[in-house]
Amino acid sequence: MPTWFYRLASPPYVYRVAARFAPWLLAGAGLLIVYGLVDGLAFTPPDYQQGDAFRIIYVHVPASALSVMAYTFMAVAAAIGLIWRIKVAFAVAAAAAPIGASFTLLTLVTGSLWGRPMWGTYWAWDPRLTSELILLFLYFGVMSLRVAFEDPSRGDRAAALLAVVGVVNVPIIHFSVVWWNSLHQGATILKLGTPAIDASMRWPLYASLLGFMLFFGGVLCLRLRGEVLQRERLATWVREAVRP
Amino acid sequence: MNVTGFWAMGGYARYVWPCVALALGILVWNIWSARRHHARALASAARAIAMAGSERA
Repeated sequence: MPTWFYRLASPPYVYRVAARFAPWLLAGAGLLIVYGLVDGLAFTPPDYQQGDAFRIIYVHVPASALSVMAYTFMAVAAAIGLIWRIKVAFAVAAAAAPIGASFTLLTLVTGSLWGRPMWGTYWAWDPRLTSELILLFLYFGVMSLRVAFEDPSRGDRAAALLAVVGVVNVPIIHFSVVWWNSLHQGATILKLGTPAIDASMRWPLYASLLGFMLFFGGVLCLRLRGEVLQRERLATWVREAVRP
Repeated sequence: MNVTGFWAMGGYARYVWPCVALALGILVWNIWSARRHHARALASAARAIAMAGSERA
């Protein structure tokens, strides 16, 4: 195993590395999201069935992909924390939760606003929508459980356990449109084989998707710095970092 | 597409633009919230260090 991997368990190392990566990730995210939104909203031709309402996908699809990816990332970090008792892993899981929750909320609201003109309703108890709503509740549960204990390490472990158990919802979200009769359309780009979307519509969507992923990385770095600092505030290295 | 047509979004403006506005709002909120979290942690660490220093003295 390379040494940098072991160093990721060191709070001061993670604090420094996160500061170095955050601006680059956020700059890349900004460029890609601006390109994706400008091209997708202004220059891509309207869909032959959905008209201009289809343009909602340039925020809905990246947000939904990120909501699931952030949860999986959080669950992996939580599992690492539980198995190897690495404190930084718990901090990573704690930092990922509010970011993932905000993008899950964005997924649900944008999906609802797309559903009104396309399905004739803002909400339906459809398998995809319901499993995404459960994902939001899981995020809220993980965040609440973490602060529900007087002893922060117990809160970390309880929240991590819920995060790991809740990961069962991730494949349910993805395959819900295959396993059950669903109003929601099937996979268009996140599937094996040729994407079922025209290239003129696809590239801004790819840019927006990648932009949202980089944004997650950048904001995670920013939030992780606060999380690490909060947990290590009495450590000697923090004295150096805080010194004006 | 002309400017009026762009804002009208083919009659779907009231669905498309709130989605875009909320997405931008969530992006901005995430950065603001993460920076505030870090600033608060910094202040809390500075307080803890100052208290530890005064107790030692």
